[in-house]
Amino acid sequence: MEIGLGHYLAVAAMIFTIGVFGIFVNRKNVIILLMSVELILLSVNINLVAFSSFLGDLAGQVFAMFVLTVAAAEAAVGLAILVVYFRNRGDISVEGVNMMKG
Amino acid sequence: MLSTFAFLTFAGVAVLSALMVVIARNPVRSVLFLILSFFSAAGLFVLLGAEFLAMLLIVVYVGAVAVLFLFVVMMLDVDFTELKQGFLSYLPLGGLVGIVLAAELAMIGMTWQASPQAENLRAAIAPTDMTNVEALGVLLYDDYVFFFQTAGLVLLVAMIGAIVLTLRHKPGVRRQNIAEQVGRDRKDAITMVDIKPGQGIDE
Repeated sequence: MEIGLGHYLAVAAMIFTIGVFGIFVNRKNVIILLMSVELILLSVNINLVAFSSFLGDLAGQVFAMFVLTVAAAEAAVGLAILVVYFRNRGDISVEGVNMMKG
Repeated sequence: MLSTFAFLTFAGVAVLSALMVVIARNPVRSVLFLILSFFSAAGLFVLLGAEFLAMLLIVVYVGAVAVLFLFVVMMLDVDFTELKQGFLSYLPLGGLVGIVLAAELAMIGMTWQASPQAENLRAAIAPTDMTNVEALGVLLYDDYVFFFQTAGLVLLVAMIGAIVLTLRHKPGVRRQNIAEQVGRDRKDAITMVDIKPGQGIDE
């Protein structure tokens, strides 16, 4: 079996779907929600690198690097917000997040 | 043959551990499965010839982001049994959305095909006489240097934001106040008292 572009895209699509599924299913735990977002960004990166490799265009890999940067920044700020939220509320359930409306 | 086997292993482990991230009962296990998933994705990147991004994925994700997640999970005193309540009640909706999304992606995947002009529209054709790291470095520091600097700025802002959000001053903690120490002068530190012999000093 020859591994082509389609196989990599299928893997990325599966991880993307699992990430979206995780956002819908975990309503009590913001940490898992953040991890689902990381999974979605990972699937985007797999797509970018797969196209970059099969087309022979390096710009895709540069773009994947920037996605990685944004994902790292998002994780840092998201976890900081989570820590502050936990200090104020005592749990990390998503249902009380509308408290942040002020 | 070997590369097919490697692809199937990495892809299978990546997808299964991604699923375990979502459905694991204990958040610590979720983080560990997230690390496994990123590791397998790094393997896929090596198979694709993107060695630098594979190493970056391991260094940035496994080394920094996943450890950050692990710290937060272990630092917060969360009741793990309470977290999974509502999992079953949201399962039908989540499953439905997942199946619909998967079906849509499959439809796109079956009907999609690359344009014949795609080869001519490449932004940066990968050179064959350099390693991946070298070619990526040349491209990043020449054509994309503005975006590179902007990415650095994004990280700086994220760092400042995270520090500002989580920093708090506890009352009642004695801290060294350097400005106060340096600003001290002879006038407020010393009083000259002229004591008569045999009288002592009041107070």
